[in-house]
Amino acid sequence: MGRYVVRRLLQMIPVFIGSTLLIFLMVNVMGDPIAGLCGDKQCDAATSAQLKKEFGLDKPVWQQYLTYMGHVFTGDFGTAFNGQKVTELMATAFPVTIRLTIVAILFEIVIGITLGVITGLRRGRPVDTSVLLLTLVVISVPTFVTGLLLQLLLGVEWGWIKPSVSTDATFGELIVPGLVLASVSLAYVTRLTRTSIAENRRSDYVRTAVAKGLPRQRVIVRHLLRNSLIPVVTFIGTDIGALMGGAIVTERIFNIHGVGYQLYQGILRQNTQTVVGFVTVLVLVFLVANLLVDLLYAVLDPRIRYA
Amino acid sequence: MPEPQQPEGAIAGTGMGGAMDLAVSEATTLEAGRPDGSGPAGKPRSLWSDAWRDLRRNPVFIISGLVILFLVVISLWPSLIASGNPLKCDLAKAQEGSQPGHPFGFDGQGCDVYTRTVYGARTSVTVGVCATLGVALLGSALGGLAGFFGGFWDSLLSRLTDIFFAIPVVLGGLVLLSVVTSSTVWPVIGFMVLLGWPQISRIARGSVITAKQNDYVQAARALGASNSRLLLRHITPNAVAPVIVVATIALGTYISLEATLSYLGVGLKPPTVSWGIDISAASAYIRNAPHMLLWPAGALAITVLAFIMLGDAVRDALDPKLR
Repeated sequence: MGRYVVRRLLQMIPVFIGSTLLIFLMVNVMGDPIAGLCGDKQCDAATSAQLKKEFGLDKPVWQQYLTYMGHVFTGDFGTAFNGQKVTELMATAFPVTIRLTIVAILFEIVIGITLGVITGLRRGRPVDTSVLLLTLVVISVPTFVTGLLLQLLLGVEWGWIKPSVSTDATFGELIVPGLVLASVSLAYVTRLTRTSIAENRRSDYVRTAVAKGLPRQRVIVRHLLRNSLIPVVTFIGTDIGALMGGAIVTERIFNIHGVGYQLYQGILRQNTQTVVGFVTVLVLVFLVANLLVDLLYAVLDPRIRYA
Repeated sequence: MPEPQQPEGAIAGTGMGGAMDLAVSEATTLEAGRPDGSGPAGKPRSLWSDAWRDLRRNPVFIISGLVILFLVVISLWPSLIASGNPLKCDLAKAQEGSQPGHPFGFDGQGCDVYTRTVYGARTSVTVGVCATLGVALLGSALGGLAGFFGGFWDSLLSRLTDIFFAIPVVLGGLVLLSVVTSSTVWPVIGFMVLLGWPQISRIARGSVITAKQNDYVQAARALGASNSRLLLRHITPNAVAPVIVVATIALGTYISLEATLSYLGVGLKPPTVSWGIDISAASAYIRNAPHMLLWPAGALAITVLAFIMLGDAVRDALDPKLR
């Protein structure tokens, strides 16, 4: 187990370097990083040359990348466009987005798996058909449309929630945004669980469990569900990274000042350090989540051993 | 105990939204290979003719196929059902509701929503089809070759796809497309191909690896068939099914992604007429004039739904496990 983790951690290094280098290059293509520093005016040549020298932008890209990564590993993510430290921005933004992601994941687990189990056990019945249709509708409407409509209906027309989230962004305020963020994945979790349950229902071990007289509840939870959850856990695990990255849209709709908001501002103002810094952390989250999923396999399926 | 084999594609995260992730994990159950082909008449049938026989009887396939056919026709000849000009607007009529001759009402600039919705189909279908073609060709070529030859290039490609998967798509779009000033569809399509190919390449690779272990491939190799002959005649026809399924479903998600990028202000730009542009323009007026948002959004949802259902139907028909 320990050796497996170490090997996986080593394998993460090239992927981490590659992804951050890719995003570094993309941001460099994005435009002149000092253009935003002189306000709305164009910097004059002398100032811009001096600024370039000050920030090390006159060096080749690979050297800039190395310098940047060197700083990152000492905990220095640079400064944002307004002179604030990027790490300070992260300290305010990440807790909000993490709360939003937790709400979304909870929705996926609780509602998605429940609906999946119900439909998987009643395949072909009216419940199954209607839930399946609903998932298709949710998948085909873009998230931002779902978000705008829910915001209009719940927030403006019926007044159940506040249409925009305050800067505190408490769990209570994030319920509807979390549902919006989760919506598409929720539909996938439902469908994936349904397929998996329906497939395993016919398996020998379920028949054995029923034959030896176990109560239905126990057969479903301990035997059927545990075996059917493996693909679902994979999906949810990889979804953590996707949700945090995809929160840009949801955060924009509900005016949540999280990671997506800061990234959007960073991109608008062409602030390289904000964008690369946040993306670096997001990539790390994605990689770690994937590793955890692989380790969870062993818990769900004891046949898997990590040598 | 051997190390657990990651189900190929199951770790496909952050791809083009969730739709493809699921498509991947479901599509990998497709066995790339011919079934034994003993039909009821005892006459051998190929996987494809078998699948086609199933599809013709599947109402989901027929309905989604008809919707897609209709979309293709109106993207080629929008004037068939909309006589107006999508760029001809009358500010005096801004935000007005349904009127005779203008069933969907007017948008914030006073343009006819019906005409714009009809003309928007062309852009969305173009983006979807071109991005999917690009992704499918590039992805299956790279993934297929890597799977067939193995070795160094294969490991390199696998690491490369890992790298691309770690980057959230919407974020990549924001960064790359924020500098684009062109109002054509090509930058958006190019971006989708750039970030989308690893998805298909992973599927194609797995599928080619399965297919190349088949006895008939070994036999053909023993008879002296060249690599290109093996790939083109024996492996490709038996490995292409999962790629087709995932690509069909991906087409829907690309259309949806275009709308999302346009909403974030980095997708297509006016004067291009597209559902994404119209929806994001309408989002500012959603309280007073929700009809402006509902019509293009409805058209978009139906289109995406049609492609997802078509992909589902094709997968069911091609999956021998369900027979």
